[in-house]
Amino acid sequence: MGEVKLLGTRHSPYLHRVIWALKLKGIPYEFIEQDLDNKSPLLLQSNPVHKKIPVLIHGGNPIAESVIILEYIEEKWPQNPLLPSDPYEKAVARFWVKFADEKGLSISKVLQSSGEEQEKARKESLEMLEIIEEHAPGLGQKKFFGGDKIGMVDLTLGRLAHWMGVTEEVTGVKIMEAGKFPRLEAWMKNFKEDPVIKENLPEFKDTLAVMKRHRETLLASK
Amino acid sequence: MAEEVKLFGMWGSPFSRRIEIALKLKGVSYEYIEEDLQNKSPLLLKYNPVHKKVPVLLHNGKPIAESIVILEYIEETWKTNPIWPADPYERAIARFWAKFFDDKCGLAAWNACWAEEKEKEKAMEEASECLKTLEGELKDKKFFGGDKVGMVDIVAIFIAFWLRVLQEVVGADLLTPEKFPALFKWSEELVGCPIIKENLPPRDRLIILFRARLESSK
Repeated sequence: MGEVKLLGTRHSPYLHRVIWALKLKGIPYEFIEQDLDNKSPLLLQSNPVHKKIPVLIHGGNPIAESVIILEYIEEKWPQNPLLPSDPYEKAVARFWVKFADEKGLSISKVLQSSGEEQEKARKESLEMLEIIEEHAPGLGQKKFFGGDKIGMVDLTLGRLAHWMGVTEEVTGVKIMEAGKFPRLEAWMKNFKEDPVIKENLPEFKDTLAVMKRHRETLLASK
Repeated sequence: MAEEVKLFGMWGSPFSRRIEIALKLKGVSYEYIEEDLQNKSPLLLKYNPVHKKVPVLLHNGKPIAESIVILEYIEETWKTNPIWPADPYERAIARFWAKFFDDKCGLAAWNACWAEEKEKEKAMEEASECLKTLEGELKDKKFFGGDKVGMVDIVAIFIAFWLRVLQEVVGADLLTPEKFPALFKWSEELVGCPIIKENLPPRDRLIILFRARLESSK
């Protein structure tokens, strides 16, 4: 079927969505670490439009954008499905994947900004959590958004299980207050304890160091 | 049981029209419900509580929101006249361009037209960069979908129709045959297609809408 290469940076939440999908489906791949301050010819060639990671290269064919990569992986390797088979349930899942992907950016903004801008990002992140807690189907009834098994919505929200905590510690800004989101908290616990996820998360203190440096560099350049 | 398809939309919305075009291309009958976005109906708020936006597709009583999600659903449910590529890799590429359009181009072009004097140059530059990228992807193809209209064409139709009307009203020359020959030609071809042309908003009504907005912004 062709070999699978994955371009990324070790502490990227977007990269991890793809790693988790590949691991859950038992797909072997070669990870090629990227230096975003000194982009490789391979990266520039594989993602000329955005020049970002992650990029999946399958049999020489590059695909960019983590959610699009997840959809491709799902279609090419149907074992351990990440999406429901029923077209309506699939559409509902895709809705929440899009929601999590887009609104999750606010959490990045909390890390990348300060003052008023940061406060705005914090409020947007909080709103995202509130909407998920209130509206996401299946939350609280099943172990994961995907049901008994991890699915694409869970992977897209994976940022909450590690990177949100890192962001809170680096910035000193609390996004998710304990006790306010019982269903989400239960989901986070289930997600972090899943063996595949657990084995494929970076060390908290390492991500912390990287994100701290990242924030310092960004704020200094403003 | 007869299949029931309803679409909550707004006559001038490119997102809403995407869905109408897709349904028409596949010969799917549906009931259209026009929404007043200044006064949203209880049904719309019930079916899209998260975003409260159009379009929303209702199929046998079950609602789906977000136009790209709806387009994916339509493709899977009604198999006539596929608008998505069959090959998974080609499909991934189509999804990439649809996302690029939605995340960057549409908004950049819209903002460039409405930008105030001091931000105009930067906004126009950003929008031109997007169009340049699209021009590069189109190359010598008739449509983004190849010889036939495909998903990316339907998603990018804002450029082919709405932008051309808007830029005339505000006096911006973003998409011209000199600057973007392939894209300009594509816009003429796309808007000239039989089913597409019948499912675009009336040009003069759109002009009135844009002019009113221009007046109120002065």
